[in-house]
Parts: sequence; C-alpha cells; structure tokens
Amino acid sequence: MTLRAEWTKFISVRGWARGIAVAALLIAIFPVVGLGGGGNEHGSTLPIGPDGEPVSAAFYFVHRALSGDGQITVAVTGLTSVRADVDGTAAPWAKAGLIITSGPAPGSRYAAVMATGGHGIRMQHDYLHDRAGPPGAVSASAMRWLRLTRAGEMITGEASTDGRAWSRIDTVRLPGLATTVQAGLFVACPPRVSGIGTASDTATAEFGSPQLAGSWSAGSWAGDQVGAHTASFAGYAQGGSGGFARTESGFTVTGAGDLAPATRSDVAVGAVASDLLVGTFPALIVVVVVATLMITTEYRYGLIRSTLSAGTRRGRVLAAKATVIAGVTFIAGLLATVIALPLWLRLVRGVGVYLFPAAPAALLRAEVGTAVVLAVTAVFALAVGTILRRSATAVTTVVAATVLPYFLALIPFLPPAMAQWLTRFTPAAALAVQQTVTRYPQVDSVYTPANGYYPLPPWAGLAVLCGYTTLALAIAVLLLRRRDA
Amino acid sequence: MSDATIEVVDLRKRYGPTTALNGMTFTAAPGRVTGFVGPNGAGKSTTMRIILGLHTADAGSALVGGRPYRSLRRPLLHLGALLDASALHPARSGRHHLLWLARSQGLGLPRVDEVIEQVGLASASRRAAGGYSLGMRQRLGIAAALLGDPPAIMLDEPFNGMDPEGIVWLRGFLRALAAQGRAVLVSSHLMSELQGMADHVVVVGRGQVIADSSVADLIATASGDRVRVRTSAPRPATAALATAGAQVTEAEGDVLDVRGLAAERIVAVLTAAGVPFSEIAPHRATLEEAYLDLTGDAAEYRAATAGATS
Repeated sequence: MTLRAEWTKFISVRGWARGIAVAALLIAIFPVVGLGGGGNEHGSTLPIGPDGEPVSAAFYFVHRALSGDGQITVAVTGLTSVRADVDGTAAPWAKAGLIITSGPAPGSRYAAVMATGGHGIRMQHDYLHDRAGPPGAVSASAMRWLRLTRAGEMITGEASTDGRAWSRIDTVRLPGLATTVQAGLFVACPPRVSGIGTASDTATAEFGSPQLAGSWSAGSWAGDQVGAHTASFAGYAQGGSGGFARTESGFTVTGAGDLAPATRSDVAVGAVASDLLVGTFPALIVVVVVATLMITTEYRYGLIRSTLSAGTRRGRVLAAKATVIAGVTFIAGLLATVIALPLWLRLVRGVGVYLFPAAPAALLRAEVGTAVVLAVTAVFALAVGTILRRSATAVTTVVAATVLPYFLALIPFLPPAMAQWLTRFTPAAALAVQQTVTRYPQVDSVYTPANGYYPLPPWAGLAVLCGYTTLALAIAVLLLRRRDA
Repeated sequence: MSDATIEVVDLRKRYGPTTALNGMTFTAAPGRVTGFVGPNGAGKSTTMRIILGLHTADAGSALVGGRPYRSLRRPLLHLGALLDASALHPARSGRHHLLWLARSQGLGLPRVDEVIEQVGLASASRRAAGGYSLGMRQRLGIAAALLGDPPAIMLDEPFNGMDPEGIVWLRGFLRALAAQGRAVLVSSHLMSELQGMADHVVVVGRGQVIADSSVADLIATASGDRVRVRTSAPRPATAALATAGAQVTEAEGDVLDVRGLAAERIVAVLTAAGVPFSEIAPHRATLEEAYLDLTGDAAEYRAATAGATS
C-alpha cells in the first residue's frame, strides 16, 4: 500500500519522471562531447597480441635463425637505464635476456627469459604471462646466466647464478610455432611512470657470448629494432637509438620498448568503454536532485504530515520511497547503458578510434553496474534529504559527497594519489564498476581513474557506496521515527 | 468507547522553553460537532498533531477510538484530518493528491472520485494544486479527510480563506457528518465561525482547557440571569424592582438591565406597581461574547508575554 502510494506520488509530479528520463538520455548522448579525437593520426598501428589484446611489442633484437630444437645460453653482466635511480638501479621493468619469437610482426608469439631492473629474473611469454624466477638485480659482481631451450612448441626458461647449477623457471607452449624461428638477445625498457605522465627510457645491457646448441643459421648476428612504428612504442630517451656492439666478452645491447600488454597510457588515441559512460556524471546530478526533492519538497510544503499520518510506520514510508526512486533510476539507467553503450562502441570503432577490448561479461557488468550506482546514489540522496530536510542543503551535500569526488577523480591532471584516495574512500569508489581494462602487475603504468583504472575491484567499490548509503539510510530512519513532523 | 471518539487526556508538551500544552484534556464524542476554540497559540494545532501521532507528547495520551493513532495500520479509515490545506505539492493535481492518499490506505480511484464529487471539486481536480485558491485547497483537504469514510473527522481552521458561500456549505456539511454519527472536531480561533454549527465547545488557552461544555450551557452561563426591560418609566420601574430585590442598571435610555429576578417575577412586580413596560426579554449572550469572557484572560496573557519578549 505504502509502495503504491509512493509510486503514485512519484509519477504525479511530472518534473521528477522527466528528470529521470533526462538522466537516462544524458547517459545515452553525453559521449558526443568526449569524441574530439578521431582516428589514428600517426599512421602507426597498435600491435594486437595472440589473445586479441593490445600489446607493447617493441624491443631491440639481436638474432639468428634456429631450425628445429635447440638451446641458447648467455650471461648477463650488467643492466642500466638512462633514467636510472640515483643508486644506478635500472628502471624496474627494464628487460635484458633471451627470446624466441614466432615471427617478425609485432604482436607475434614469443617466449623470453630475462633479467629486470627491479623484479629479478622473469620468464614471460605471449605478452600477458609472467612468472618470477630468482630475485635480485644483475651487475658485474652478480652475474646471471639465462637459458632458453626449444623442443617443438615447448620452450623452457632457466636461470643460474654460476652457469652450472640451473633452476627451471617455467616451460611454456607457443602453439603453431614454425620449425625455423628467430631467436637471440633482446633489450627493452618501458617508459618510466612519474605522477600522471610517463617518460621514455632506454636500457643498456652487457651480455657474455651466447652459447648455442642445435641447428642455428650460419653467419653473424643481426640487430633490429622491432616495433619501431607501433602505436604503443614510446621511443628512446633523449633522442637516442637502439643498437648492439661486440665487446671482448660478448655484446652490449641498447634498447627501448616493452613486451607486455598495452595499458591506457601506452595508447594515446585509444578509448575504453568507461569513456563512453561519462554521461553517468551529469546523469548522477539529475538523479541526485530528483531523489532529494522527493523528500525535501514534502518538508517544504508540509506534505510530510500527510505522508506520516497516512503511513504511521515511518520506516516503511522511507523504504517505499527508496524502492520507488531506486527502481525507477535503475531501470532508466539500465535501458540507457544497455542500449547506448554497444551503439557507441560500434560508432567509435567505425570512426577509427582504437577501443580497448572488453569481455562481454565486463561490458555487461559496466552497464548493470552503472545503473546500480545511479540507483544506490539516489537512495543515498533520499536519505540525506530526509536527514537535512532542506532541498538546497541536501542537494549540495549529496553532490559534494558523490558527484564532486567522481568529477575530481576523472580530472586527468589530478595527482594519482589523490585520485586513488577519492576512488577508494568516497562514494565515487563505486565507479570501479565501469572499469573494463585490466591492471597488470608486470606493467608499470598510469593506473588512474582518468585512464579507466580504479583502485578497488568493481563490487568492492560498489560496496563502499552501499556502505555510505546504508549508514545514511539508518540515520534517516532513526531521525524520521523520532522527530516531530 | 465508540470507534468514533477522540479522547485527549492530560497532554503535556514543551518545545524548548515554551510550554505548548499544559494538561490538555477533552473528548470529542460521536454524533456531534465539537468546536475546539482558542486564541492563536493556545495549543490547538499542537494537540491535533499529537492526536495524529505526528508529534510525541511529553506526557498524557491521545486516543482515536481507544487506540493510539500510530498503532493504526490504515489510519485514514479511523480518523480523517485536515491540518494545513496548503500542504500540497504544487505540481501534483488534486486528484493525484487524493489518489496517493487513497492508495496508502488500500483504496482506489472510485473512492477518490466520490469524495471529489462530495466536496464539489470535480472541475478543478485534474489541475495542478499550485493554482488552487485557498478555498479550493480547503475543499481538497476535506475530501482527503473523508477519503477513508472515517468515524471521526478532525479539521484545523477549515473556514480560513473560505468565501461566505463556502462557509455556509461547510457548516451544513459538518453538521450532516455529525448527524451520521461521526465525531467531528473543528478548531477555530473565531467562535463566531462555530455559531449555529457546534453542539459542544472546548475552549482552550495557554495549553489547557478553559471551558468544556455544550453550547447551550456555555451561552446560559455567559448570559447569567440578566433580563432586559424596556419601559417608558425607568425611574419607577427601577424603584419597584430594587424593592423586590433586583440589581438594576440603566443600559440605554429606556432599557434597563435587571439581575436577580426571573422574567416572570419582573412582569408580576411591574404589573403590581402599575409601571408600564413594552418588552421584557431574558438576555441571550452570543457565543462570541461567551468566548471573549473566557479567553480574554488567556489572550491578554499572550499579548503580555509577546510584548515582553520582542
């Protein structure tokens, strides 16, 4: 009965129903303002890895051909980078080691074992996969031996500190690996992350002479910059370039780039699904205003006395109001996201903007999640409106608590620490439901909300908003029960 | 106790330093219109809010049909109330206002259209309430009070803003409701509004009941035993009546105000004394006079405190 009464109240004030419709429309049409970029202007392509994800696939490669099974072993005796820390430690993810690639095209399958600047020995393959080997940095006094062994499609990576005792890191399979492959030494160095930006970096490694087993091509080693014209390659630091040189004991190799999944800051012109949900921001403002007015106008016009004398169980009255506004907002929000997001994704792809891939489940979660965020925020606004009773005060408070942190967190030049804090501890944490890009531990990047990365997992972020809402609703019910109306 | 009875027992309520109710006690019984009268600020609205469970009394009880209002699950079926006719969302039509109230009690649209018809608001009911005149709002508020066909009805200052035609209509309407056996409690700060309509009056001032009686008794008390005598010979008449034990004062020219003797005795005395007279009428006070007698004190007190604090 109370629910039907509150539903009748809601639909009989046209402005409110219209407001929610406008909110839905804002979600649907707002991406228009964000589409200034257009297609890729550099003509460079973004490498796509074997799993369909965008990748960084640029590195300096000193290689020879290997036919059939075989093995390569090398000592790494030094690794530095241009933007090294004051103690000389190379960039944490500067990489120097051995690699077997399935082809010359950026994005081809590979398996590699490497020393890194700050993460010890790793074995990685096919961009996404990373396994840790023995820890510790490499230097002249702490040399590391690395070994890759190929048997058919299987590649085994091993590491050693003395060249005699070996520990296996991993054995991986590269499906469809051709009989003849290119293999050899590689050096890569991703740009260093500082604050909200990145700076190109270049690494230089000292290698001993490679020891080969199996059927390797005759002739000398060839050096190439792989992926020089890929969109995810940030280039060399300070106008340098890659190369290799023979030394008395082996090779010196200089390289830049990375072999890793590409993140948002690697792909300047790329878009993510959450970019197309920026309409959530204006929609949220409208929803907050409508939800707040649902209760504050009752106080303003004295209608609250009619409401509470018609429904003597005050907690139920508020619950009915919450159900109505949450239900209406959820359905409107869901219609908007479910219809608009796929359309926008097609449209954006159509004009040639690169879109980070997102699993259908992740997109659905972003669509449903956005509708849930709008609905829960509406309930939060209703509760705060009940507590404060005045429209202006309540709207201001709710906007400051929900929309403002959201807005701030999406400002690209906000210090990342602040953006992280805002999306961890304020109701804006709930925007994590819109994240469709993946954060990789093996890639340092600008993981900020502005780039589509949130510090909390989607449902944990939503739980933060729900927590605030539950608290506000509990206080509202308590006050509504106790206060004279 | 009948379902229709509204019973208020020793209500006390303070708002900060202000005592709003100081032992308010009365009963609005079924089948009659009970006028609830007192100057502004006497505690009428506070009492009504407490009856509706909107405000909580510090002490005392308010029962509708023997039950506290807040324990009622479909309260509008027990008590229909109009507190503030302006308490409407301006964008909502009168009909929708009644509809949400109806829905909250499990009632439907047919009942809404019935009460709209009953209060004569049919033409305006689909317009936004923001454009209603005060009189139309009062009618809408009364329609809302009638929605649950309750045995008890309580209206706070329903005559405010009504045109004379509306006032006549409402008086008849409320009398008819009482005649159906309902308890009708109507507050007003003007006794004259209740004249000819209320059967019973509860006069309040300073948060408590000053008088609680039937209208007939109240008027009799205020009238006292005064008798008006019109005579062409005031002097002999005064002498004769004084001898018979009456106190006589000259009201105006040839009219005497006589106390202490019943009208029949006066006729007898004047006839015996051979004094001519043209009219002998027991004085009948108006409700207004009775009310002013009773509340003068309370109103003066209010004025004095208001002056002191401002």
